[in-house]
Parts: sequence; structure tokens; C-alpha cells
Amino acid sequence: MKRFIGFVKKEFYHIFRDKRSMFILFGMPIAQILLFGFAITNEINNVEIGILDKSKDNETLKIINKINASQYFTIGNVVENENEIESVFRKGEVKAFLVFEKGFAENLHSLSIGKIQVITDATEPNTANTIVNYIQSIIGHYQQELNGTTGKGVQINIETRMFYNPELKSVFNFLPGVMTVILMLVSAMMTSISITREKELGTMEILLVSPLKPFQVVLGKVFPYIFLSIINALVILILGITVFGMPIEGSLVLLAFETVLFIITALSLGILISTIAETQQAAMMISLMGLMLPVILLSEFIFPISSMPEILQYISHIIPAKWFIIILKGIMLKGVGLMYLWKETLILIIMAVFLIGLSIKKYKIRLE
Amino acid sequence: MKTISYIIQKEFRQIFRNKGMLPIIFVLPLLQLIILSNAATFDIENIKFSYVDHDRSSTSRALIENFEGSPYFDVLHSFPSHSLAYEAMEKGKTDVILEIPSNFHTRLIREQEAGVGVYINAIDGSKAGVESVYINKIISNFNRNISTTTAGFNQLQNKPLEVLNVPSFWYNNTLNYKIFMVPGILVLLVTMLTLFLSGMNIVREKEIGTLEQINVTPIKKYQFIIGKLFPFWALGLLIMTIGLLISRIIFAVPIVGSIPLIYLFTSVYLLVVLGMGLLISNYTDTQQQAMFIAWFFVVIFILMSGLFTPIESMPDWAQKITILNPIRYFVEIIRMVMLKGSGFKDILPQLSIISGYALVMNALAVWSYKKTN
Repeated sequence: MKRFIGFVKKEFYHIFRDKRSMFILFGMPIAQILLFGFAITNEINNVEIGILDKSKDNETLKIINKINASQYFTIGNVVENENEIESVFRKGEVKAFLVFEKGFAENLHSLSIGKIQVITDATEPNTANTIVNYIQSIIGHYQQELNGTTGKGVQINIETRMFYNPELKSVFNFLPGVMTVILMLVSAMMTSISITREKELGTMEILLVSPLKPFQVVLGKVFPYIFLSIINALVILILGITVFGMPIEGSLVLLAFETVLFIITALSLGILISTIAETQQAAMMISLMGLMLPVILLSEFIFPISSMPEILQYISHIIPAKWFIIILKGIMLKGVGLMYLWKETLILIIMAVFLIGLSIKKYKIRLE
Repeated sequence: MKTISYIIQKEFRQIFRNKGMLPIIFVLPLLQLIILSNAATFDIENIKFSYVDHDRSSTSRALIENFEGSPYFDVLHSFPSHSLAYEAMEKGKTDVILEIPSNFHTRLIREQEAGVGVYINAIDGSKAGVESVYINKIISNFNRNISTTTAGFNQLQNKPLEVLNVPSFWYNNTLNYKIFMVPGILVLLVTMLTLFLSGMNIVREKEIGTLEQINVTPIKKYQFIIGKLFPFWALGLLIMTIGLLISRIIFAVPIVGSIPLIYLFTSVYLLVVLGMGLLISNYTDTQQQAMFIAWFFVVIFILMSGLFTPIESMPDWAQKITILNPIRYFVEIIRMVMLKGSGFKDILPQLSIISGYALVMNALAVWSYKKTN
């Protein structure tokens, strides 16, 4: 035990002596959380809209002003004929065009119908769809104004309530995701690299012939990173609460427990990677190249899992990050306790046990 | 020239000799391209829908049937009480609850007006927004239908003015996500691969000590650097080629624009990435440090590239930061050329920025490389 503590101490010194790495390790989550908390959003703001107004009357002017006055749109290019639309789109300057038919106001008042075409650059389907929806609702309002309050039929009024995130802030959705991505990659990557480093430099053999048992060597290497990851998690949480007003409705103790559990799961994944990889480069490519995109894409960090093809929904089950994000959102936003989250917790525990077991088995083989 | 070609040969041999790395370099990124492109969709479907019907009238039944008929909603459950429905939402078993009050039908007949409650799990704000739009559409359709059946003739005498708007989606009229995401994900994978490989390569020689041996040979610095970077540049182009084939064959992504133009941009772009890798190598002593820095920048570059969330919706200062993000330009350009058929003139601004970027990066890299030795 004494030897083991000595070894852990040595590892701590080793890591903390390297000022540059320390700076990166702690500066990185802070910078990333701040950047993403403020910058990453799916909301549409100030999208540039092009105009082709073949009518140029009072009504079209009113509609254009209404569009311009909304926070979502600003009027960018004004073109004179259809052919120009394509070349503007090709330069990527505006995302949509509003085309008013010739004699718009006249048609509206004589035929009761005025036509507007909304042409969107749909290379980005989500934005295109959202733009169309917003424009439709602005025009819808305008139409109601035109008609006044006369001729109201049977009507069902909808009272909508948004639970857990009433202001629809996207940062509340992204923050648990960013926290998960950072913890996952830092934990898995750091451990896998630090163990393979010993292998590559040949010092692992020396450690293995020392009186320390192999599992103590691995544990000793992992220990400082558990500590570092916990501090990282704390920094992220404090930033989330103070800067972004992230609520923590549920129990802090449960949150702490789950975070440590997730860190251990990620670290054991790192250990497993280090048993496979022979060089630091291989370890890094597997843990970074192999984990980054699946963690970002299959964890519901950005894209909803329920919309994915069924096979991918199954694959997402084996991504620990997915379960941790459910747990985080549950505790922070919904304020639910272990009663609701026992399944996710159990899955993480099973994953950790499985990964550690597998790594122990692999290590034995290597020592024979 | 001969010296350079010898180094290049040596580097290539080193890459291909390492049997463990080959699958990581070739299979890992392409497999991810094939699998993960399917994951990246913002289509909101299979919304878990529940209802609490206190009214149990023909009208409330008809309203619910409208949701059952919609492709977006999976009608799961009818709950006897609000609290039970709420509990299901807490457990994550339902996304949306529609609650119909007990006097719904009678009020609608008598007062021509009745209310329903809609409760949405809004943790994912943008998803909740879309769900709310769908619900409003279904209910206003329902409104219109019962209006025409129940309302009297007085409605028809005064035809209301209508502003009709016809949306038309260009370049991707089926709003297919894969067409949009596949080129972007390909860009990410090529970037990560070349940056990580080049960034760790030179610092590895430093860490093991072989760099000093090379430094005492008569090889000139620029020869060494070109020799080191060329194989990764070629590798990047190769992965890009296979990736383009995959997107064409498997995902049927159209290539409207000119293929040489894509390659021209890719070639210059790869120089930026390799210059960054070299720069990272110069300022670090161990592979571990190099990797942390590379990771730091890659995560920021990816999430701020406009690939997953639009750049226009970022605040001004964040949009300015993206000016420094090479991935942003590549994502923009590959989508422009492949999907819209943008030509050389259209992409000239981005091409000149990226060329300047490549010059600056590599000049810095070569300059700092000399200094450390």
C-alpha cells in the first residue's frame, strides 16, 4: 500500500510539473464552455433575405418592412429578375428569396388572393424549413391584420406550456452535452495516452518488474486523472450555473455520484484502448478519431436520437455519453432522482465493470 | 530534389509498414462517414405523443385522430389524469401531452371557442419549437375543417383576403439531410486525420530522440519538412477521393460543380492543416501535449464550422472568430461546389483567404522550426 501511494504521488508530480499540459487541461474546458455556451445555437437570427418585387406597391412594401423588422431577418440583396437569384445563391450570400408576383396588391384586393413565392437555398434543410415557417407566420399575421377581426369561425385556442426549459434556451441543451464530450474525451484520451506512453518509451517493462502488481500500476496511472476530471467537471458546472444560469433542480449528491461514475466509465474505456494500442499515436487515433464523432453525433448532443434510423438507435445504446446526457438533463433540468434514473445509472455501472474486466483480461495475456 | 524524394519514400514506407495503423487511417474514417452520416438529421419525427381526454366526445376523439394520422407523431398513450401524464414525461416516456378539458365539446358548440392544453418537454429547445409548430398546424387545420362544417353561410359571403405563399426549396428539394451532411462530415474526417497524423509525427521523433539525428545530417530544413508533410498531403487527397466516391455511390450526393475545383481547394486547404500540425509539433515536447492542443482546436473548429449549427445564428463576436476557422471555409466550399455548382469566381473569396492562411501557417511553421533547433 505504501509503495502504491508513493507511485501515485510520483504520477501526480509528473503531471503537475508539466505546466503547459496543466494549462491546456484546465484552460480548455473553460474556453470551450464559454465559446459554445454563447455561440452554439440552433436559433435563427438575422438571416439575410433577398427580395424580387415585381409589383412594388404599397402592400409588398408593408410586407417587406414587416420581414425586415423581425429579429429573424434582415433584407439583403434586392434583385430585378429571376435569373439573378441563382447567382446570388451560388455566392452563398442570402439563404432565401421572397418573390412577389406582378400586380400583387391589385390581385389581393380584386381577386382576394395575392401570391408570394418563398425560394430557399435548401442545401441546409433545417434552416430552410425554419425560414419558411417564420416567413409564413409573419405573413399570416399580416393577413390577419388585413382581415381585421371580422368573420371569426369556430376556434380552438391552444395554451402551450414548455416544461423544464420554458424559454427554449439552447444552452440548456448544449451544456450537458459539452460537459459530457469534454469529460469523455479528456478521460479516455489522457489515460490511454499515458499508459501507452510508458509502453512506447519502454518504461512499462520496468514498472511491471517492480514489486507493484500490474493492476496497481494501471490504477496508479489512472488515479491522478480521476482527480483532474473531477476538477474539470466542477469548473464546468460552476461556469454553467454562474454564467449561463443553468439550473440544478435535482440533488447535488446524486449529480456528484453520477459524474464520478461516468468519469470511471470513460477512464476504463481509456485503459482498454491502451491495452490495444502499441504507440501513443495509435492510442490517440483510436480515442480521438474513433470516439469524437460518435460521441458528438450519437449521444443526442446535437441531433435527436429518435429521428435516426433504427440501427443507429441501437448503436447509440453502447455510447456511454448518451446515458450520461440523459442523467445530466434529468438531474439538472427535470430535477428527478435515482428513482427515475436507476436504469441509466445501472447501464453505466455495467459498462464500467465490463470494460475494466476486459482490460484486466487483456493485461494478463500481455504479461504471459 | 533527390533528397526530398528519398525522405518521402522513407516516410511512406514508415506509414505502410505500420500494420496496426493502416486500418485506423483508412477504415476508421470511412466507416464513420458511412455510419454517422445517417445520424446527422434534424428531422423531428416519431414524437412521442400522449393525451388526457377529459371530454370523451366525438369532437375530442376527432381531434386526437388528426394526431394519429400525422406522420410526425407516435400516439402512445391515453392517460386518465394530468399527474400521471406528467410523470410519464418526467420518465422520458412522452415528449408531448395534449390535454382536452371536460367541457370542450359543449363550449365549442355554444361559444364557438374552446381551449386545449399542450405540454411539451422543452429540454431541447429547438426540438420543442418544431413540435409546437406541428401541433399548431394540426389544430388550425382541424379548426378550418370544423369551421366549414359548423359555421353558417354568413362566413362565405365575405371572402377574406388571402396572401398565398408557395415555398420552393432549391438545390435539395426533398430536404434530404444526407446530401447536406455527407460532404461536411467528409471534410471533418479528412481534417482530423491529417492534423492528428502530422501534428504527432514530428514531435514523436523529438520525443524518441531521432529528430536530433536527422538534424545532424546534411538534409536542409525545407527538404525535411516537405518530405515529412508530402505523404500526409497525399493521404488526405486519397481519403478525400475515396470519401467522394462513397458519397456519390452510397449516398447519391450530387456533384453539380466541377471536380477539379474541389481538388484545387482541397490541395490548398490540406496545406493549412499540415502547417498547423507542424506548428503544433514545434511548440510541444511530447505527443501528449501535441494531442491536447490539436484536440482543443479541432473541437472548437468543428462546432463552430457551421456544419451542425448555422454560423448566421451565432452572435457577432463568434461569427468573427469563425473567420479564423479553416474547417468553416472547407465546409462552405464543398457544399457550394457539390450541391449548387458554384464556380471558380463564386469561391474566389474563400479560396484566396485559405491560400493566404496556408502561406502564413507554413511560414510560421518553418520559421519556428528553425528557431527551436
